[in-house]
Amino acid sequence: MSVEAWTTVLVLISFILYLYIGWRSRVKDSKGFFVAEQGVPSLANGAATAADWMSAASFISMAGLISFLGYDGSIYLMGWTGGYVLLALLLAPYLRKFGKYTVPDFVGDRYYSNIARVVAVVAAIFVSMTYVAGQMRGVGIVFSRFLQVDISTGVVIGMVIVGFFSVLGGMKGITWTQVAQYCVLIVAYLIPAIAISLLLTNNPIPQLSFVFSDIVPKLNQIQLDLGFQEYTKPFVNKSMLDVLFIAIALMVGTAGLPHVIVRFYTVPDVRSARYSAGWALLMIALLYTTAPALATFARYNLISTLHNRTIEEIHQLDWAKKWENTKLLTFEDKNQDGVIQLTPNKATSEIGIDPDIIVLSTPEVAKLAPWVIALVAVGGLAAALSTASGLLLVISSAIAHDIYYRMIDPGASESRRVMVGRVMVGFAIAIAGYFGINPPGFVAQVVAFAFGLAAASFFPIIILGVFDKRTNREGAIAGMLTGLIFTCYYILGVKFYGMQPWFFGVSAEGIGTLGMIINFIVTYTVSRFTAPPPLEVQEMVEVLRTPGDEPLALAEMDEDHLD
Amino acid sequence: MNEDKRRAYWRANTALIRNLLIIWAVVSLGCSILLVQPLNNLRLGGVPLGFWMAQQGSIFVFVGLIFVYAVQMDKLDRKYDGNRRK
Repeated sequence: MSVEAWTTVLVLISFILYLYIGWRSRVKDSKGFFVAEQGVPSLANGAATAADWMSAASFISMAGLISFLGYDGSIYLMGWTGGYVLLALLLAPYLRKFGKYTVPDFVGDRYYSNIARVVAVVAAIFVSMTYVAGQMRGVGIVFSRFLQVDISTGVVIGMVIVGFFSVLGGMKGITWTQVAQYCVLIVAYLIPAIAISLLLTNNPIPQLSFVFSDIVPKLNQIQLDLGFQEYTKPFVNKSMLDVLFIAIALMVGTAGLPHVIVRFYTVPDVRSARYSAGWALLMIALLYTTAPALATFARYNLISTLHNRTIEEIHQLDWAKKWENTKLLTFEDKNQDGVIQLTPNKATSEIGIDPDIIVLSTPEVAKLAPWVIALVAVGGLAAALSTASGLLLVISSAIAHDIYYRMIDPGASESRRVMVGRVMVGFAIAIAGYFGINPPGFVAQVVAFAFGLAAASFFPIIILGVFDKRTNREGAIAGMLTGLIFTCYYILGVKFYGMQPWFFGVSAEGIGTLGMIINFIVTYTVSRFTAPPPLEVQEMVEVLRTPGDEPLALAEMDEDHLD
Repeated sequence: MNEDKRRAYWRANTALIRNLLIIWAVVSLGCSILLVQPLNNLRLGGVPLGFWMAQQGSIFVFVGLIFVYAVQMDKLDRKYDGNRRK
């Protein structure tokens, strides 16, 4: 069977599985729709969080980026996993104990303010929209290559699938679909990695063969021979300060991403929240420690298969021709010497490789069986779809729960609240689809924006909300706004309006760290110069800090207290 | 739970968080970024140590930190809130 036939079959099987789970977990009430009835076991929640979290960028782009950046690619590995430590220690247990439905819920209640709630809603929608755009591009890439359909058609198919299980099952449907998607994506990632590891080093465990074989020294030597820097040499593409800032922005952003935080509302108690953070990171680590090994293997393989070959030889490689059709891989004999050379200089290099194709093409480059290649496509789809569905639910609940129910119609019936939620999912899908067809940029870079914005808006005020009783409404609103505005201004300025990165050369990806620091300082200072929070809010913070799962003293905030 | 006990629980909790976060920062920001160049003079297998810390080592440490936290918090919960937990 051909790769295309295998892909079609496996994609169909996986989609039927997702649809079946979505239908099985259909819900009627808002607790099921927004927080999966708070009945998800911690291990399952860990898998769902891992799938939710590992997006098209992690699955498709990350190993490619690392492969091109060498050491400097570590920012993604460390940044995207280090944040879980912050999340597990500083946020997840307290938010679970708070026990409502969304992140803006916490912000609105803790800061006794509908203005704070709206700022949080806007930030949540903004972050999720930025992020969802990257996912849809991922779906498009996979479909266009493996099913040989138009990108727009592929995006529409993806939207229908996501729409079905999120509209019907809400958070419950998404959770159990994500557990299945985690299994699909991790198997799809590990099988080719193990096969390639075995081929290149005779050791089946990529994590070990990366360290205990001569592949890294060999790659370092090849890189030097071609005029590149050593693969393992740090700070080649980015300065140390920039690496530090980007890593922190990604870590803090991870901890502040609303679709990840909301997963900790779905477990039964505080203890499960703590363990499920551990399970989540363990499952993520399975992929994230494989990625640097895969990046090394892929780079080594690509150079040794393509460099110094004639264009005829390259065209005999089936995979090279197919990727050439997508324009993500290009060959041009610029110096007319009959062979294709890879050089560090873009102007003279005769091979153009889009980092996004590294993971998807690696099994083909290594001549693995067609079903393995198809499996990778299915895994990429699982990664993109699971993250997209988590994000869509955040957008929908931000509008349906935080705006509609909490602010416009607090007397809304259960069925009405769920209906508004479903309509909002549909609405969010339409917008996400638009971004999928007209992508605003490069997958992993777009995602990096979402992290910067999450870091600069949510993280400080949630931390201070728990660990500093004195932080009040005025501080939180001022902090979120300054953090968000500063970070947006810097990112947009640098990326779109030709502004020089004036803060010690820190790039747009890393500026969220400064935004976060500004948010912390502003929130803290403004809080000290304005009235302390009301006593019942201080009491609520006390309860968050005590052990056990008893309901909050301030179970339902009196609506009169809200501004 | 009385006020003193509640305070003691919170102090123990924040002390645990602080210690784990120090390890977190030393491993990720310290060993993997700020000190990566000196550490790269050492080797683990065929890979420079600082590079390995940045790409794999720190991730293993992160997983460990979260489970240590969860287990330690179980102990704290039992100590301060024993009557409602086994």
